[in-house]
Amino acid sequence: MASTVRTPHPREKRIIFRNIDRPGWTNDIDCYFRDGGYAELKKAFTMKPEQIVNEVKASGLRGRGGAGFPCGVKWGFIKPGGPKPVYLICNADESEPGTFKDRYIIHQDPHQLLEGTVISCYAVNARLAYIYIRGEFPLGAKILERALAEARQHGFLGKNILGSGFDCEIYVHRGAGAYICGEETGLIESMEGKRPYPRIKPPYFPAVLGLYMCPTIVNNVETLCNVKHIVRMGGAEYAKMGKPNNTGTRLLCVSGDVQKPGYYEFEVGGITLGELIYDICGGLRPGRKLRAVIPGGSSAKVLSVADRYKIKSRQPDGSMLEKEMGLEEVPIDFDTLAAAGSMAGSGGIIVMDDSRDMVWALNNINEFYAHESCGQCTPCREGSLWMKKITERMVHGGGTKQDTDTLKSVADNIAGRTICAFGEACAWPTQSFVAKFRDDFVAKSAGKENGSGLR
Amino acid sequence: MSAPTQLLNVQIDGAWHQFPKGTRVIEACSRAGKFIPHYCYHPKLSSPGNCRMCLIEMGMPKPGPDRKPEMGPDGKPIISWIPRPQISCAQDIAEGMAIRTDSPLVKECRNGVMEFLLINHPLDCPICDQAGECHLQEYSVEFGTAGSRFLDEKVKKPKRVELGPRVTLDDERCILCSRCIRFMKEVAHDDVLGFVSRGSHTYLTAHPNKPLDSNYSLNTVDICPVGALTSTDFRFKMRVWFLKETKSICTSCATGCNTIIGTRLNTIYRQTPRENDEVNSSWMCDYGRLNFHYLNSPERLQTPQIRERDALVNSSWKSAMARAGDELKKFANGQIALIGSARMTNEELWLTKKLIESLGIADHDVVPRLGEADQILVNADRNPNTLGAQLFGITNENPGGKLSEIVEKVRSGAIRAIVALGEDLTEIGLTVDDLKKLSLIVATGILPNNTTRHATVLLPGSGFAEKRGSMINFRGRLQRLNRAVQPPGEARDEWEILRDLIQQSTGSNGIYLIEDVFRQIAEAIPEMKGLSLSRISDKGVQLVEEGEEATKTPASI
Amino acid sequence: MEIPAELESQIDEVITHYPVSKRSASLPLLHLFQEYFGRIEDEAIEWVARKLELEPINVLELVTFYPMFRREPLGKHHIRVCRTLSCAMAGGYQLLDTFCKHANIVREQSGHGDHLLKSTDGKYSIEFVECLASCGFGPVCMIDDDFFEAVAQEEVPQLLEKYQ
Repeated sequence: MASTVRTPHPREKRIIFRNIDRPGWTNDIDCYFRDGGYAELKKAFTMKPEQIVNEVKASGLRGRGGAGFPCGVKWGFIKPGGPKPVYLICNADESEPGTFKDRYIIHQDPHQLLEGTVISCYAVNARLAYIYIRGEFPLGAKILERALAEARQHGFLGKNILGSGFDCEIYVHRGAGAYICGEETGLIESMEGKRPYPRIKPPYFPAVLGLYMCPTIVNNVETLCNVKHIVRMGGAEYAKMGKPNNTGTRLLCVSGDVQKPGYYEFEVGGITLGELIYDICGGLRPGRKLRAVIPGGSSAKVLSVADRYKIKSRQPDGSMLEKEMGLEEVPIDFDTLAAAGSMAGSGGIIVMDDSRDMVWALNNINEFYAHESCGQCTPCREGSLWMKKITERMVHGGGTKQDTDTLKSVADNIAGRTICAFGEACAWPTQSFVAKFRDDFVAKSAGKENGSGLR
Repeated sequence: MSAPTQLLNVQIDGAWHQFPKGTRVIEACSRAGKFIPHYCYHPKLSSPGNCRMCLIEMGMPKPGPDRKPEMGPDGKPIISWIPRPQISCAQDIAEGMAIRTDSPLVKECRNGVMEFLLINHPLDCPICDQAGECHLQEYSVEFGTAGSRFLDEKVKKPKRVELGPRVTLDDERCILCSRCIRFMKEVAHDDVLGFVSRGSHTYLTAHPNKPLDSNYSLNTVDICPVGALTSTDFRFKMRVWFLKETKSICTSCATGCNTIIGTRLNTIYRQTPRENDEVNSSWMCDYGRLNFHYLNSPERLQTPQIRERDALVNSSWKSAMARAGDELKKFANGQIALIGSARMTNEELWLTKKLIESLGIADHDVVPRLGEADQILVNADRNPNTLGAQLFGITNENPGGKLSEIVEKVRSGAIRAIVALGEDLTEIGLTVDDLKKLSLIVATGILPNNTTRHATVLLPGSGFAEKRGSMINFRGRLQRLNRAVQPPGEARDEWEILRDLIQQSTGSNGIYLIEDVFRQIAEAIPEMKGLSLSRISDKGVQLVEEGEEATKTPASI
Repeated sequence: MEIPAELESQIDEVITHYPVSKRSASLPLLHLFQEYFGRIEDEAIEWVARKLELEPINVLELVTFYPMFRREPLGKHHIRVCRTLSCAMAGGYQLLDTFCKHANIVREQSGHGDHLLKSTDGKYSIEFVECLASCGFGPVCMIDDDFFEAVAQEEVPQLLEKYQ
């Protein structure tokens, strides 16, 4: 029951998670110092902010929260020397089902996050920053508060940090149980003390009209930690890890029907789904066969073991090679998973074997989205609950013949029509489960013509 | 004059148009004749973009290798279409932008949104006041589907909520467009409405200790696209398709908000604001809006009356007018006072002036009414036509300034007769005993008061919704009232009463129509030269340049 | 409403974290009230609104949106069980049933905005929550602020023992 000591798999490349479960490691600043901590912060202040931005650009770091947007490009949207103050917000609202990585950084290695955050603030000239941590991490919030106090004590926060002339203050801000606060503009609205309704873009791009209508950068916990390491090794060196356009390492969170679920850090694209499931995670439960994998948090489209993918990849000599592969051969990186019709998302990999009823699984996911929909815009507000009602009815034996097609149609009317990506997030599971496991759905609704199926 | 606004080229459904820079996409399409259905967008409020009904296809010029737009064979830029549909209410047009308002994708989007709005919407049409002016009904016919695929239970929410003293809310009908919330915050400056709960269970409410009791609360009913917010006063009273709509103006203060009076047969059922960006934008205050019920009162004065041996008895117009004329002739100049009203129309005031001249009256004034201005629409001057009263010389730059003198003269006996036009003399300082002392009171009025009860000749007149005429608001804008209903019984228009009174005193003067009155005015008053009642139009005409009076323009509200 | 000095000074301190806009302190203040009083009472909503110069509706909007803010008191100990996919696959629903059985709570349908499921003696309250971000080690639950991973059904009685 208590957290077991988890030793890293020999094939892992632990950079961000180097100190997680490390024997003898404690989350106070003295331990962090003994390990050489805050050396990168000192190094950063010998560089100009633009240099740091350039290193991050050169590193090819892509956001680790779910969108995978290039971090350097995002930072580049902030025009230096503007009249309004710049804010930075660390998105520690980890709520994507299947994802469990930021939790460990916050609880076990908070100073890595703080160091990366202060460096990032310096790079974009943010004098005031917030760590928006989900309300369900009360201990994490306390740990961060203590770490911030330690950092302040040592002059890594506050006025004139390390004599650089740069002032920076960071506060912890606790959420209160809303997944939509993980959406960057929803987060900003929540920080402003309003209902966390995401903003329309255009015109409310955070880099222009963010927190308090000022330029704002919102970055995931893992992304900010990466910044520290980019400063350490340099952007070009960082870019050598992983694959072109998919650089660095990634925290993969595996859950579901495997023997050894857990967190694993690999170079992006350095491992395939099959290798992860069978070699790293000990394979499936006894007597079971793989059926489906959700590769990037529940918002990602499900991949079926019956799928065949035609993936193009650029060869070292510059030519493009197209290869046909099955689910287990798909390397885990942003571009390949996108080409396979899903996404790398937040790195939450949920494995389902052949004992799983896909209608039941989709219903569980639909209930999540129906509950978490903020309710601002019509398609998601009405459609998310409608899809949940349909699959709930089907799970309880009340499915009707039209339900399968209605599900798909409802999902099609949501995706692409909403204010924020929650529309896609709640529609993609339904679209992909119905498309790939249609037989499960048809079986649940055989024989009934119309609305007699109430539970 | 400011520099001319730049015109941008925009392609709408294949045709190129030009619109000024800063035009919202949805407005540009409307001007090009392509109406885009919408719920949450309102031109006078901020745009949240939450209903998603105004989704259209948008494209921008395709940049060529030199980063400049690539031109097609027609000399116009080649358009690169954005795959995702875009809302049209929250973006301004850009040079070279292209819009498709009726492609298959757009039709699908509208159909989808309509379906989503209807799955939890209650089947209240048979009892819902909005029927006949409901956007959900209209767009459902135009953009929706005939059948329903929804087999599950609808979400239940509070119904018949008393949101405030004048507004009843049905949360199940609400489509969560947030127009009401934005109006209360941005225009009425009383942020009392909000959404509670989450997702599909979200509903509109006010905090129990802070209800919706603003003097602008009923505007939320106007802008609610569905029957969620209803006027408690109007609720269940009349189907809107039976209402005749007459354009008029409100007469509860000097702002003169433009209105529509909704009537059926001879009853007024409601008033709603009419858009006029020079006066009241799209709004009016609750007080003015509801201030018509007195016209339907059973106490309305309907029959001309004359006093015989200390009691008023019913008479005919001919006899009453003759009696008034005869009595007035008995007094010398200086013995008659006239109390006019700044609630009268210009036509009535013009004829009042003629009456004053013909009777040689030196003591005349109007009854002032002052309250507190509210920085939004309500003017401190609660009389709708003070400027008219001043323009026609019934009063001067200090309305009511001569009233105390008149009271003194009545008490000293210098004044022995008063003509009271639509005002109660006990409001200018006279007591009922003072009234009894007077030898003659000729009074017009619409509802009984101390003056009408002690009149010698009582001439029933018409209310603001029962007459055609013009008034001038506090900013010097000439605006027109139109007749929505007939005055009750034998009551007549005051202008006709005054014309006949003058005729009794001086002989005929050849005015048969109210337009003739206006023509005389236009000939005499330089500011109104060249105007006629019809030329005033429904929007009114500004008579004077913006002066110190024009501090609170509607644009600021 | 009586606000103890200690709470008031915490409130004043937290407001200083938001120099640009006091309204941003809404969530932290509500957390403080929730922790101190066990729930957000009507007077608390008005107190917070007055303190931050907001309308009461502005605060009510937040209290009803976020599930962590309660209008009714929790049990002496509050149990949260994750129901989202990975934990459900690992037995999350059965875990809630087991908790209900041992904590003497009647198992009923209850969601966001509904009445909290509580034991009759008020010792425990329980609810499903969405993903608690430890999916590989499910089923997971929280009791008060303490977090537990890989909770076996048989462990439930021992766990409850610690929270009396």
